[in-house]
Amino acid sequence: MFAVFMQVIKRELITAFRRKSDILNPLWFFIIVITLFPLGIGPEPNLLLRIAPGVIWVAALLSALLSMERLFRDDFLDGSLEQLMLTNTPLGVIVTAKVVAHWLLTGVPILLVSPLLAVFLSLDANTFTATFITLLLGTPVLSFVGAIGVALTVGLRKGGVLLSLLILPLFIPVLIFATSAIDAASFGVSYAGPVAILGAMLAASVTLSPFAIAASLRVSLS
Amino acid sequence: MLTFLQVAAGRIKNMLEVVNLSCIREDTVLFSDLSFTVSAGEMIQIEGPNGVGKTSLLRLLAGLSSPADGHILWQHIDTLEDRENYHQDLLYLGHLPGVKAELTAFENLFFYHAMHAPVAKDKIWEALAQVGLAGYEDQLACHLSAGQQRRIALARLWLSEQKLWILDEPFTAIDKSGVKVLESLFLAHADKGGSVVLTTHQDLQFSAGRLRKITLTRQHLTEY
Amino acid sequence: MWKWLHPYAKPEKSYNLAGKMLPWFALFSAISLTIGMVWGFVFAPADYQQGDSFRIIYLHVPAASLSMGAYLSMAIAAFIGLVWQLKMADMAVAAIAPIGAVFTAIALFTGAVWGKPMWGAWWVWDARLTSELILLFLYLGVIAIYGAFSDKLLAGRAAGILALVGVINLPVIHYSVEWWNTLHQKATISKFDKPSMDTDMLWPLLINLLGFGLLFGTLTLMRFRNELITRESHRPWVKKLFIEDK
Repeated sequence: MFAVFMQVIKRELITAFRRKSDILNPLWFFIIVITLFPLGIGPEPNLLLRIAPGVIWVAALLSALLSMERLFRDDFLDGSLEQLMLTNTPLGVIVTAKVVAHWLLTGVPILLVSPLLAVFLSLDANTFTATFITLLLGTPVLSFVGAIGVALTVGLRKGGVLLSLLILPLFIPVLIFATSAIDAASFGVSYAGPVAILGAMLAASVTLSPFAIAASLRVSLS
Repeated sequence: MLTFLQVAAGRIKNMLEVVNLSCIREDTVLFSDLSFTVSAGEMIQIEGPNGVGKTSLLRLLAGLSSPADGHILWQHIDTLEDRENYHQDLLYLGHLPGVKAELTAFENLFFYHAMHAPVAKDKIWEALAQVGLAGYEDQLACHLSAGQQRRIALARLWLSEQKLWILDEPFTAIDKSGVKVLESLFLAHADKGGSVVLTTHQDLQFSAGRLRKITLTRQHLTEY
Repeated sequence: MWKWLHPYAKPEKSYNLAGKMLPWFALFSAISLTIGMVWGFVFAPADYQQGDSFRIIYLHVPAASLSMGAYLSMAIAAFIGLVWQLKMADMAVAAIAPIGAVFTAIALFTGAVWGKPMWGAWWVWDARLTSELILLFLYLGVIAIYGAFSDKLLAGRAAGILALVGVINLPVIHYSVEWWNTLHQKATISKFDKPSMDTDMLWPLLINLLGFGLLFGTLTLMRFRNELITRESHRPWVKKLFIEDK
């Protein structure tokens, strides 16, 4: 079962690296959205520091949304999704592998460019650490919860907008706790509380969402 | 004698039973109370006019969708209750080839088998040669023609250990000589005790009695 | 559970049962709403601080609590539908969602109307109002996914999954919004903090709560019956029903 898990991830990574735009475009989008805020609000460092948590996380949510569809859409269109559903490995394991691969391709790049944000939004070291930790814990939650929405809408012809309506409200807790952790860090207060809650949300979404994703795929493909 | 008994036992065991199956799609009853069995060694062609529900039936049989009513049993166990065990014995080929454009012919086959039943790499080369893709192994599937992509999908049949093949229009985009090769492959599979359920618009050249036909007719029933 | 439910898994039986329950629900909801509203809006004493404007709680509080209750009952129906593969339960999900959404909208509207004299603004990012707003988004998601599938059997199942995901998220959302609220608006006084209500004010509220609950039941039964005969329209029993009616 673990071998299959690794093979799915490997397949996803190879496929994605042959079509790099799928990974690069959402990342690109993330950076551009963040650049827009200083341009729209003004370059004053204190102001930027004040709005940084919200800006970073709203941009992360939107770019996650942008990359979300490729999670199942391509596989659905070329028929490999139905083949994945007909293996002797439980569907929950396979979708977990796909979501992990998706996070490696979309969440990790955001983590990698996050030092750039620190420079752009004049974050100090402590605030940047908090930002990095919330992104590390929060982006996999986005991938897991978002995958439920993708699985529900993958069979629909116009699933794109519907997808965002379904999953953005579900992202609100992540947004709130992540930004309040960064906020606390920027005031120099301990931010362990919200980070612990983010960790709990990650644990819950990793354990529960594969069932919901599998059930949704069975509905979408029948 | 012993092997004969084992084969006989296998024939009784490896049976697909369809019991009172009904299928409703968007408030239309495609078929209802459909019952038949597919024994080991049997080849069955599902026929009927377009839109009668052939593909829906095959997807139901494969366990991709769940019936409005009725059961499908494999080895006397409901397939929806023990999906993993059933899917171990099942090879399904749908309208869509399930070939990823970004992977090479070899990789496509390799990953398919890595997820279903691992096979040795030289077997994969062999199978690709069998379907006439020798020399194309390392081409990305998106650079191959529709027929060639279809052949990648069909190459799975040569490597298949699965007992039950469910094939939806397997001859689409396949030339005449390819059809011949596939026919003999089906026959060999059936002779080994495997079963084949397929739909096609081709006239298949099997000797009398080898291919059983099940005809779906358009239901004018509005009630069920 | 299954044994108890099984007879009602037959569409015809549940249709008839819902039909039998419907008039009683309608009757008692009409009675209790009339008593509660008249008592609340006419006879209950005015608040010493807010004057007559407090009376909107007789609409706001029942609508708000029903909006949550409706979501919970929708999720329970979704759970039954998924676990026991009962399509009747999926129909209940589809029947409840719009009703819940309307209750949520009423709660939001009355909250805003109440907020105007209290806070001097139509909208304040108060924790309860924000939670209600997100609840409305969740309802709209369920309604949208149900509408998006053309095969209503699948639509019901998809809506059920989303409702369940939502109900797991709901406490998290509620808690996170409270947290966010205390973090950002330390000064806002929660409007339900008053230690106790006068019994003359409380009784009509309780009666209204009951009335709204019964109203919710009535509307759900009506919508459920409609959903059922639409989805089962090709079945003989539905045809017989309409021929007999004529």
